[in-house]
Amino acid sequence: MALQRREKSSPEIPTGSMADIVFLLLVFFLVTTTMNQDKGIGMHLPPAGESKKIQKKNICNVWVNIDGEILINLEQSVPLNLLRADIEQRLAQNEKLIVSLKADEETPYEKFIDVLDEIKLSGADKISLASPSE
Amino acid sequence: MNFKKKGGVSHSIPTGSMADITFLLLIFFMVSTVFVRYRVTGIIMPKAEKIEELKKRRHINYLWVSADRKIYIDDKLANLDQVAGIFYDRRVKDPRMVVSLKCDYRAPYGLISRVMEELREADALRINFATNREG
Repeated sequence: MALQRREKSSPEIPTGSMADIVFLLLVFFLVTTTMNQDKGIGMHLPPAGESKKIQKKNICNVWVNIDGEILINLEQSVPLNLLRADIEQRLAQNEKLIVSLKADEETPYEKFIDVLDEIKLSGADKISLASPSE
Repeated sequence: MNFKKKGGVSHSIPTGSMADITFLLLIFFMVSTVFVRYRVTGIIMPKAEKIEELKKRRHINYLWVSADRKIYIDDKLANLDQVAGIFYDRRVKDPRMVVSLKCDYRAPYGLISRVMEELREADALRINFATNREG
């Protein structure tokens, strides 16, 4: 009886396809990676119930109505593209100036953000957000 | 005269280190990948220029306001009067909490203002009006 010799199996782990697997994983991560970070306009709200008396001359009231029209101190209507320069001028005259932004109940959020963005761009760091009912 | 044969230039690109480079890239992408945790569909955020990036993701809490006046906390629907309670509990657990307000550009400011009042009640004072970058 002729006994056949068993074939010896190689003890090595085949690594030939390793690069392919890694490439596949790499492509997956390349496709799914989103580099978008959370970003936006940062604000610090005052604690509830806190109210400070501020001199009238140190306040600049900015109103935004439902159509996005801007009114400063109830007297002067300003287009959005000129708002930054206007606030900058007022800040140059008074360093303690607080910009109080007040929007109408039904003002779209986009209009409010446009105005807030311009105020922030003007360099004003003291911004107050008044509620529509006030 | 005896002419010497020019030394042959090898045409093959060495690919031995290809796997190492790929591994390195893979590790980079694995470490830097952030998966979106919450998503509320149909909300289009406004655009702004003067924006800042929020760094520590674990301190960020999301509040969404849709164009049809619905409020979502993370991605669950909530009522306006629930906002203060939920965020008060979170504020106690994480004093460095930041609330990212992701509001639709059509949402009325009145509702967002009331949400901010609720956040003040909950002592969640650090907020961020989420916007996209202009341009």
